[in-house]
Amino acid sequence: MSPAAAIRDAAIAAAVAFGLFAMLVGLRTEIGPQSNLILRQRWAAVAILCAIVFLGRLLITWWLGRRALRPTTAAGPWTARLQQAGRLFAPAMLALALLLPVLPGVGRYELDVGILVLTYVMLGWGLNIVVGLAGLLDLGYVAFYAIGAYSYAIFAQYFGLSFWICLPIAGILAAFWGVLLGFPVLRLRGDYLAIVTLAFGEIIRVVLLNWTELTGGPNGISGIPRPTFFGLPFNASGDPDSFAGFFGLEPSPSHRVIFLYYLIFALALLTNWVTLRLRRQPLGRAWEALREDEIACRALGINITTTKLTAFALGAMFGGFAGAFFATRQAFISPESFTFIESAIILAIVVLGGLGSQVGVAVAALVMIGGFEVFRGLDEWRMLVFGGAMVVIMVLRPRGLVGTRTPSIALGKRRAISGDLVGEGHG
Amino acid sequence: MSGKPPPRASGATPMLEVDRVSAGYGAVQALSEVSLHVDPGEIVTLIGANGAGKSTLLMTVCGAPRPRGGRILLAGEDITGQPTHAIMRRGVAQSPEGRRIFPRMTVQENLLMGAEALVKGDPAPQMEQAFALFPRLKERLSQRGGTLSGGEQQMLAIGRALMSKPRLLLLDEPSLGLAPLVVKQIFDAIRLLNQQTGLTVLLVEQNANLALRLAHRGYVLVNGRITMEGPGRALLARPEIRDAYLGGGHG
Ligand SMILES: Nc1ncnc2c1ncn2[C@@H]1O[C@H](COP(=O)(O)OP(=O)(O)O)[C@@H](O)[C@H]1O
Ligand SMILES: [Mg+2]
Repeated sequence: MSPAAAIRDAAIAAAVAFGLFAMLVGLRTEIGPQSNLILRQRWAAVAILCAIVFLGRLLITWWLGRRALRPTTAAGPWTARLQQAGRLFAPAMLALALLLPVLPGVGRYELDVGILVLTYVMLGWGLNIVVGLAGLLDLGYVAFYAIGAYSYAIFAQYFGLSFWICLPIAGILAAFWGVLLGFPVLRLRGDYLAIVTLAFGEIIRVVLLNWTELTGGPNGISGIPRPTFFGLPFNASGDPDSFAGFFGLEPSPSHRVIFLYYLIFALALLTNWVTLRLRRQPLGRAWEALREDEIACRALGINITTTKLTAFALGAMFGGFAGAFFATRQAFISPESFTFIESAIILAIVVLGGLGSQVGVAVAALVMIGGFEVFRGLDEWRMLVFGGAMVVIMVLRPRGLVGTRTPSIALGKRRAISGDLVGEGHG
Repeated sequence: MSGKPPPRASGATPMLEVDRVSAGYGAVQALSEVSLHVDPGEIVTLIGANGAGKSTLLMTVCGAPRPRGGRILLAGEDITGQPTHAIMRRGVAQSPEGRRIFPRMTVQENLLMGAEALVKGDPAPQMEQAFALFPRLKERLSQRGGTLSGGEQQMLAIGRALMSKPRLLLLDEPSLGLAPLVVKQIFDAIRLLNQQTGLTVLLVEQNANLALRLAHRGYVLVNGRITMEGPGRALLARPEIRDAYLGGGHG
């Protein structure tokens, strides 16, 4: 790139930065001495920021060349390595997850983070069915998480049903609502679908907030029964009918945490297993075909209605399972836990993971949720760091971390096929 | 230069009969009382300018949009108003306008998707049939659909449609945007397929010259109405057709 072009390029970047920072940084309202609002102008700060952007852009283009910033869907060095190590990578992660509670140096805090990460892995895998496989952009996934959580809380509280009975109920109810959402949006795609699902998520939250008699409104539901080990409660009593007493162990609060850890681990594995199985069956292939081209699906005699509804129902069911788990783990739920930002985070995990890749979703959940925890010290800067990181990843790897898909049907050798060269298909 | 049209036994049921069908989208009336029929073993072409309603007719045969009036019979059975997947299951296959292959799936997966929802049993024989027609597909088996050339994509779309062992093949503008040599290859394949297996084909085309040479019979659609019909060669010879669709002069 010629120097002139590089400078022009940097100037454009600075202009964009100015557009953003002029309002965000340049103008600031403050409470004045007479507690009136005054407008403070900070053009110096804006100038400094724009200068940084200008110089940074210039340095990047000169030192790295423009190629370095060009988005690529080609198998980059680290995807290639991931693909090579792919056979080992997933089992290694699995083994690590399995052994985490007994690893030295893993305490209560690490396990709690592990539970959180696995919850999002499960939610990511659940949403992956809808968004990654069937290609239906769902911005209201948190609704099903909420329905699962409230189903468990209400059935356990009012009817005294055990976790193992409530879990399938929560899943079925969430799936039912998934179908209910699915019907009106059957004819919608893309942005329109996104808007309706977004509204659905908000409606559910607002209903939970206002149906005070059933849900407790903004106060939520507390004292939700904790899970039992197939009927044996976790407590410090040491009674023979408690978990520790029954197995002759020293009562310890970590038993419950470890149990919860393995519970969500098993639920996440179930989600993964079902998804992997279905991907190789007609239903899963119909989902993928639907993602690729709905009109072609119709022409091939695929029943679009059932294909879409099953995707919504299954995705919702796993969201519901995760919600029931969330409720029993927290023992307290309120509508605050089910805001749009949750949907956004889960969707970000699916997109970052590479729409459709199971391993990618797991890695993305680990990076995002684990990262959130690691950078807790940064306080409000955390969001900025993560926003930035996501932008960088999506610029460099628009198809997500693992943007490859293995053919689900192949005679003879199986080959991973990466996104290289494939635009959106020139047809 | 197709062979003689298969002799039509008087009273034999047509494979497809479209009887005074009207259809449209909202306020747009795209088809007005269109009637046509395709006999078993025939290649029939429907030619017309852009926006004449050709694609709408094919889609209406497949069930969406639903006809606003008239009847559609497949081998004598009324299929009017049935859902698309039910109609396709009765032995209709379509290569849609713009080919619409699955870009991220391999050629092989694309082909198998053609059999997926419609036929039980081993898809290998149809696969072999597709390879025999278009050897290029066999060479590209594990390549992604989106990376194929336009001509290869059209071959794939036709091959995919054949995977369901259809009785009636609907082709929507297979020549769209392709080089003349590739178009010839594809039209030759359609002719061969019809001669060897007796497959019934309804071909929608803007390329009137080639389509009328290939087809046994043709219909001309103007603004949603059939204005002319007759044997392909005869239509080709008519001055109105030459002026409107062949740009006069050559031929
Ligand atoms: N989905 C649609 N919604 C509304 N109008 C449509 C739609 N598809 C086609 N049309 C209209 O119907 C008429 C026929 O279109 P079409 O069947 O695609 O023509 P052709 O295939 O002959 O080019 C056109 O006027 C077109 O604008
Ligand atoms: Mg058309």
